[in-house]
Amino acid sequence: MKKIITKCVALMMCTMFLLLIPCSVDAHADSSYSYNYDYWGEFTDSPDMYSVAAVVTSKDLGLDVDMLTPQSISVYGNLIYVCDTSNGRIVILERVGKAELKLVEVREGFNGPYDLAISEDGNIFIAEKTGERIVKLDSNWNYLMEFTMPDDPSIDEKTAFNPSKIAVDTAERVYCVAENINKGLIKYESDGSFSGFIGATPVTYNFWDWLWKKFASQEQREKMVNFVPTQYDNLYMDREGFIYVCTSKPTEEDIKAETADVVRKLNLLGSDILVRNGSYPIYGDLYMGTGGKKTGPSQFKDMTTLDNDIYFCLDNNRGRLFGYDDQGHLVCVFGGVGNMDGYFNSAISIDHMGKDLFVLDERDGAITIFTTTEYGDLIYSAVDQFDLGEYDASEKSWRQVMELNGNYDLAYIGIGRSLLRQKKYKEAMEYFELKHDADNYSKAFKQYRKQWVEEHIVLIVIIVLALFLIPMGIGRLKFIKHEIDTADIFQL
Amino acid sequence: MASKRSLRRKKFNKYKDSLKFAFYCVTHPIDGYWDLTHEKRGTMAVANTILFATVFMRIFSLRYTSFIFVDINWEETNILLYIGTILFPLALWVVGNWALTTLADGKGRLGQVYMATCYAMLPYPIVQLFLMIFSNVVTVDEAGFYTTVGTLTLAYCAILIIVAMGQIHEYRAGKNIMFTIFSLFAVLVEVFILLLFFSMISQGVAYFVSLVKEMLFRL
Repeated sequence: MKKIITKCVALMMCTMFLLLIPCSVDAHADSSYSYNYDYWGEFTDSPDMYSVAAVVTSKDLGLDVDMLTPQSISVYGNLIYVCDTSNGRIVILERVGKAELKLVEVREGFNGPYDLAISEDGNIFIAEKTGERIVKLDSNWNYLMEFTMPDDPSIDEKTAFNPSKIAVDTAERVYCVAENINKGLIKYESDGSFSGFIGATPVTYNFWDWLWKKFASQEQREKMVNFVPTQYDNLYMDREGFIYVCTSKPTEEDIKAETADVVRKLNLLGSDILVRNGSYPIYGDLYMGTGGKKTGPSQFKDMTTLDNDIYFCLDNNRGRLFGYDDQGHLVCVFGGVGNMDGYFNSAISIDHMGKDLFVLDERDGAITIFTTTEYGDLIYSAVDQFDLGEYDASEKSWRQVMELNGNYDLAYIGIGRSLLRQKKYKEAMEYFELKHDADNYSKAFKQYRKQWVEEHIVLIVIIVLALFLIPMGIGRLKFIKHEIDTADIFQL
Repeated sequence: MASKRSLRRKKFNKYKDSLKFAFYCVTHPIDGYWDLTHEKRGTMAVANTILFATVFMRIFSLRYTSFIFVDINWEETNILLYIGTILFPLALWVVGNWALTTLADGKGRLGQVYMATCYAMLPYPIVQLFLMIFSNVVTVDEAGFYTTVGTLTLAYCAILIIVAMGQIHEYRAGKNIMFTIFSLFAVLVEVFILLLFFSMISQGVAYFVSLVKEMLFRL
């Protein structure tokens, strides 16, 4: 008997011990070019959504002088404008094939052109950083007017005006990011007058910092970090006129504590309307550890928004592109630092032509053209079909995506959302539950529950009545029995 | 033979009565916990049953509560740790409370402290069972009820434990609350001692390991 007990105990100890040993799987053994994060923040390999069609250098274009630290690439129609900053010129290219760019012309004589924007009327706006102005030219490159230092008492007179990034809306109002000005975006009316700052980040500081500052001396206070809004790095105006802004300034701590946003979407009033329904906040890489001489958070230097509201953020730090959809889910991540095609040394600017992406590398002076793969096309068609209300087709496309990438959370959620719109609530719930989408699950479940109650209303009423009536009936019967038992007429 | 069977039936009846009595204690704590030891209406078997039910519900609800409320990454979950979250604090509390109250005229013995604490945990498995079922028929918008009821249950269990201790040890309210707080400190002391113990053990083991290694080098 005792032996058996000892054996049992030994066996239990063994199983317990085995349970305690964590199973280790080497997930990074051979990681792919593209990746994504699953619901738990685990790194998952992914098929490529984009592939490199071509890397175009100055030599390929036949430029006599190589591009030197170009800062921005802007796509308008079939033309691509590159601000060749250190050479003080604008290089205009035309896309002649899927992977081919042809030099159209080179415009010289700018003083540090940092960004270019073209209005709907065809007027060209160029931010000259060292020229301390934004110039407005007509479509034939004739000088029209310039925008200079905003006339605002809150700006120190000694500050130089260094406009770096601009966007122009349909009424030719100019929105500008300038260095050393952190009150948000500078907004000019179309006549050149300064109309105010919009979209400054809310200032966050914790109580202890504030208290510490209260007791600090004048000299100490000067050395401390000021509680000021973070400065934006870049802006992008989408087709609806909303301005996406990104910044690479916040620290790792701020980003992880979610006290700082690296991407915001501003409406006309300057308030943030970016949807953040994803499993994790929008700040690029979840893991900021050191690797390959790179450390810290992703540094978004530029972004672009496709017509289906999927936006791509360009991480200068690790040379990666992060695609997010309109709900804030991570669509894909790809890229890296290196010299191979599809890798960057210092990716600085991004723009899109249709679904294709153009990325400018300032150190290489090269343009990388990304075109969608079959997998990427499927995702885009699924998104577009959903937006058009073709839920049946969207579901089919998402199922094809899922066949190519079974680890893709968005495919499951996409199928679920399509099913939800097709009123297949029960199935939709299953897909949402698989990927832990509580909000969408609740939406589906609410409808399912309503349906279920309506279908089973008779049963429910019967059960409720039974619950009341049976005990009452039993009580009544007992009472009658008691009455009969104790009735006088039977007492003989 | 007959006497054996009747004895078993008697035992079973006793078990049934004390299980019923556990429910009475939940609604009438002061009267109930007094009778638990003084009238010998509580049994160890029922205490163990309640503890088992509590541990069981703790794990069961992980799996069957809607993912809206309890989202578990099963790949990184150690069930033993979840069992530990109940058994370990319970053991610390029982030992800590008993060790202190024996010094201060507490009438409860170690077993009785354990029994009363287990009896006082009864609301947890019951409410968890209903919450578990309930969680599967609500949406995110209605989540408030789940969390509120869950918190209130824990609070009620805590109150029951405190009241139970007062009755077991025959303390008045003031002394009872004072010794509840002291017991919590005792728990901290126990944790400290355990940490000390384990670090000592590991140091000791490391010493002998390095000793053997050194010898092997020299040989």
